[in-house]
Amino acid sequence: MPFTLNINGTDHAVDVDGDTPLLWVLRDVLHMTGTKFGCGAALCGACTVHIDGGPRRSCVTPVASVGKSAITTIESIGRSAAGERLQKAWLTLEVVQCGYCQSGQIMSAAALLAKIPRPSDDDIDAAMSGNICRCGTYGRIRAAIHRAAGASEGA
Amino acid sequence: MMSDTNPLSLPERRAFLMASASVGGGLLLTMALPVLSRQPAPAPALAATTFSPNAFIRIDAQGTVSLIMAMVEMGQGIYTALSMLIAEELEIDLDQVRLEPAPPGKAFINSIIHEQITADSSSIRAFAQIMREAGATARTMLVAAAAAKWRVDVASCKAEHGVVVHTSSGRKLGYGALASSAALLPVPAKVSLKSPGEFKLIGKPAKRLDTPDKVNGKALYGIDVVVPGMKVAAVAICPVLGGTVAGYDEAKARAINGVHQVVKLDNAIAVIADHTGAAKKGVAALDPRWNVGPNGNIDSAEVLRQLQEALKKPGVSARNDADVDSVLAGAAQRLEATYEQPFVAHAPMEPMNCTVHVRKDRCDVWLGSQAPARAQAVAAKLTGLPLEAVTVHGYYLGGGFGRKSEIDYVTQAVQIAMQVDAPVKLIWTREQDTRHDYLRPYYLDHIAAGLDAQGHPVAWTHRIAGSSFMARIYPTMITNGFDPDAIDGAANLAYALPKMRVEFVRQEPGAVLTTWWRSIGPGRNAFVVESFMDELAAAAKRDPVEYRTALLGNSPRLLAVLKLAADKAGWGKPLPAGQGRGIAVQAAFESFIAQVAEVEVAPDGTIKVHRVVCAVDCGLTINPDTVEAQIQSGVIYGLSAALYGSISLKDGRVEQGNFDTFRVVRMDEAPAIEVHLVKSAEASGGVGELGTPCIMPAVANAIFAATGKRIRKLPMRV
Repeated sequence: MPFTLNINGTDHAVDVDGDTPLLWVLRDVLHMTGTKFGCGAALCGACTVHIDGGPRRSCVTPVASVGKSAITTIESIGRSAAGERLQKAWLTLEVVQCGYCQSGQIMSAAALLAKIPRPSDDDIDAAMSGNICRCGTYGRIRAAIHRAAGASEGA
Repeated sequence: MMSDTNPLSLPERRAFLMASASVGGGLLLTMALPVLSRQPAPAPALAATTFSPNAFIRIDAQGTVSLIMAMVEMGQGIYTALSMLIAEELEIDLDQVRLEPAPPGKAFINSIIHEQITADSSSIRAFAQIMREAGATARTMLVAAAAAKWRVDVASCKAEHGVVVHTSSGRKLGYGALASSAALLPVPAKVSLKSPGEFKLIGKPAKRLDTPDKVNGKALYGIDVVVPGMKVAAVAICPVLGGTVAGYDEAKARAINGVHQVVKLDNAIAVIADHTGAAKKGVAALDPRWNVGPNGNIDSAEVLRQLQEALKKPGVSARNDADVDSVLAGAAQRLEATYEQPFVAHAPMEPMNCTVHVRKDRCDVWLGSQAPARAQAVAAKLTGLPLEAVTVHGYYLGGGFGRKSEIDYVTQAVQIAMQVDAPVKLIWTREQDTRHDYLRPYYLDHIAAGLDAQGHPVAWTHRIAGSSFMARIYPTMITNGFDPDAIDGAANLAYALPKMRVEFVRQEPGAVLTTWWRSIGPGRNAFVVESFMDELAAAAKRDPVEYRTALLGNSPRLLAVLKLAADKAGWGKPLPAGQGRGIAVQAAFESFIAQVAEVEVAPDGTIKVHRVVCAVDCGLTINPDTVEAQIQSGVIYGLSAALYGSISLKDGRVEQGNFDTFRVVRMDEAPAIEVHLVKSAEASGGVGELGTPCIMPAVANAIFAATGKRIRKLPMRV
């Protein structure tokens, strides 16, 4: 079935079954590999993208359910002010180790900041506990979110 | 063999296509995708202008400095550390380098493990000196080339920031301009290295070189490889080790949109498709039947029963002091305990994957592997091609933890690709990653000690029963059944224990395979030894820090971190009811660590670790921030195993699958972790696994302090 997906502001035509997870359309059909596969069951958050600004696990999102919604991926999150601040904070605090989960971490964090510009530790726990990091970068992720949020206040 | 320069990030062209492709662009994308290289492979003809004095450095006429990374980057920061070591002596800035993963090759053999493998927290220990000498060699030759050009004494020239300067005249030549003439000079047999006082990079926090492209989706992991014409494969694998395919419904799988082919292997069926969504639907339609074989009878209770039997037998002794039994029998007080640690999976975030293209005269393998030479060897063996016809293209690893040193998934990918007329990318599901892991072995330990009237230990016996993966991987390292890993952290204790016996009884579980799991022998022995040491302190009615202090007189470095951790943690200061502190120490990987855990046990038994204080002496640090990050990482990894990690077997099948049943620590459970580094000029020790061992006993000991309950079995239950 043909679909037209709006990804990072650009329309992309794809021809796949409607129940194909968005993740594999991004990765295998469009070769946008920044969005990662970790569990296939919405348990780890590695595949997090934004759909109309909200965080969604693309591994369990059928492509047919997306419609004309705007999809944002890690490849373009730096275009938003919050996304850019998060990426910067991630590097300033050297959050990243293997980095495989960090696309999803940053997408979840960006969605959090869009909703709660100055999140508390509890807000961070609630928004980020769906994203697993086996390198255990949680402490630095928390600090980087606070840092990015603080930067927004000054801006 | 093509020595492809593997970029580790998305080539600009693919990024551009990705950003600009609009409706109708799908075809363009597929057709226009270039090879993954950012630049073409260096042809031999270029060699005359390229300066490459050793396997680790290449400088071209444009002055591009390429560093070839002997060890693989799986999060531990080794690319930056190796680069710092080379750059320090080569006199270049870190922002001047481009990095390439090493191909399989003799120069990249890890001297500690005698194989090209990234494991055992050994990269810095094995390569620090080699990297510095490589950098110094290149610098010496570049300076000599400049001096010859200017007809001046080499002593009047110096190198800095990638330029050779003639100090008195101020003349300068960049490394690029000197590359071709330096390439003609003989490689000096001996070079002088800087003294620590001259270091500009080593020991100072450096920004990691791999991370900028890991926050924007550009970094390429093995799973991200895109090769023109590539298909993807999903598999059904026999759920029982040693079982085979009995039957399946090929027609139903082939009826799925996007499915091209179904491939049968002995123990698996692969569905070849355009994309993973279609391949997985194809696998779901296969309805596979299996001949499960004899392992289908094995479950966890049987594994435990075998270990209990094994624990009754004498083992191979690592240390056996003559009169240990009589001293133990005559001790004023005797303690004994049995400790149990189950199978644990590795669960790296990037599941097993491998991309292979088999052609008549060559084979290409694209992957992130801790052991790229093993991948090359198995591909050559399976295809019948000579080793030099197999090219391994290395990528970042989305976590390894020991799992990606195994090549079972490479084997499977090559076997599939041998039947497919295109490049094929095999990706396992998370469930397969868990169920077909090479697990951390299930271990059962019996430990006993005798105390004198003052509570000092006078005898210590420790028998370990479990799998020996070393015997599987490195049979030549095992003499008379002695497994150096199994007793690492058990026989070589820093404590003054006058009479000891430590022995190992090998018992293989049968239905699963085992391998290195982050922190290996020291990781599992720390739980037993450091928990039991706490038991001894309690029996002697002594404070756990004071008790250890009295026994560590022969290990000043371990004693120092013990004191530092206790001090920083506020050891002895009161905690709220229901909370406790526990401490553990270990010397491992030629480094020293002490950890204090602050733990709260809720009335319902829920264990919450609030704070972990670590004191570390790893000798000379290369990148201190990376050391801190690795300790934090190791703590969380070990804590996951301590609180949740357990793989069980039923009917020969692993019962756990995804992160709902194989639970790991998440953000809301992660403690605050402090890392205090001891400044040291001693030889650098390993840190990649150093944070993992002590957290298990530190938490167990804290639970004892909080509740009086002794934890002798993982995962912990109060």
